[in-house]
Amino acid sequence: MTSRAEWPLYEVFIRARSGLEHKHVGSVHAADARMAIEHARDVYTRRQEGVSIWVVRSVDIVASDPAEADALFEPARDKVYRHPTFYAIPDEVKNL
Amino acid sequence: MPESTARLRCLLRLADTSLVLAQRLGEWVGHAPELEEDLGVANVALDLLGQARLFFAYASELEGLGRTEDDLAFARDTGEFLNLALVEQPNGDFGKTIVRQVLLDAFQLVLYEWLQRSSDARLAAIAAKSLKETRYHWRYSAGWLVRLGDGTEESHGRVQSALDELWRFTGELFAADEVDLALAASQIAPAPSELRAAWLAQVEPVLRDATLTRPPDVPYRWQGRCGEHSEHLGHLLAEMQYMHRAYPGASW
Repeated sequence: MTSRAEWPLYEVFIRARSGLEHKHVGSVHAADARMAIEHARDVYTRRQEGVSIWVVRSVDIVASDPAEADALFEPARDKVYRHPTFYAIPDEVKNL
Repeated sequence: MPESTARLRCLLRLADTSLVLAQRLGEWVGHAPELEEDLGVANVALDLLGQARLFFAYASELEGLGRTEDDLAFARDTGEFLNLALVEQPNGDFGKTIVRQVLLDAFQLVLYEWLQRSSDARLAAIAAKSLKETRYHWRYSAGWLVRLGDGTEESHGRVQSALDELWRFTGELFAADEVDLALAASQIAPAPSELRAAWLAQVEPVLRDATLTRPPDVPYRWQGRCGEHSEHLGHLLAEMQYMHRAYPGASW
């Protein structure tokens, strides 16, 4: 068998239903964006998981550096007053 | 031919075509060129299997002999299957599978578009549901044909020779017999010849984009829809029907 280049990796985001945000669900290999959408549809929406798909090439994602985690995230740890826990949420409000 | 007989045969043609193609596509499971394609092909197969079940269920009711969906799918022999000969042709390489799929998807597209306005309401409802699935099948197969045809020299050569080999089976798609004439008269199903222009309008631009040459039309010879099949169907049915025949009525 001849060797061949792997298709690039795409990250897949699915919107479960209208009004919700797209959530990262996984990744697929595909030759281009169109194929990535089709692969995402076939791999991740077979059980009615979604109404909308985003794909983005994995190499285009810029990630934070794990080595900087302390500097980035530690300062938020002692600021509980930022949590929206000091007022009651009405029962009618879903998906908050 | 009485209309009830014609309607039953028409339903079996629709069911068998979807069922046999589902079985063929199922052969790719675990063997497709990529994991994602494995799922993609299987999804198409499952859609087709679902269509076949709806047609069989309706056929079973119309027939009224107590033969179930399973009896129709698993207990009829080669000569009783009425699928198009195109769909029983072996998978070959992935390119050949795609060519076969393009030719059939385009046909189901124009056929179901017509049938969703059939005077038979039940048939129209099944067609309307199947049409949505078929639109995706078409997107998938046509997309792949363009990639392969307009791809490398190797892929172009493979799909062109698959097209040359399979094109001769498309004559059958538009040939009419007394079943079609009876149903066309009562607006239950289209006269097949009426679909040809729409089918070509669907297929030709994709062949062009795929830089493929349309093979010459050859006279109609294959009559899968009349129960006359190529040597490939018997092998396919042997595998598909084995379980049901070895353990009749088994369930799980």
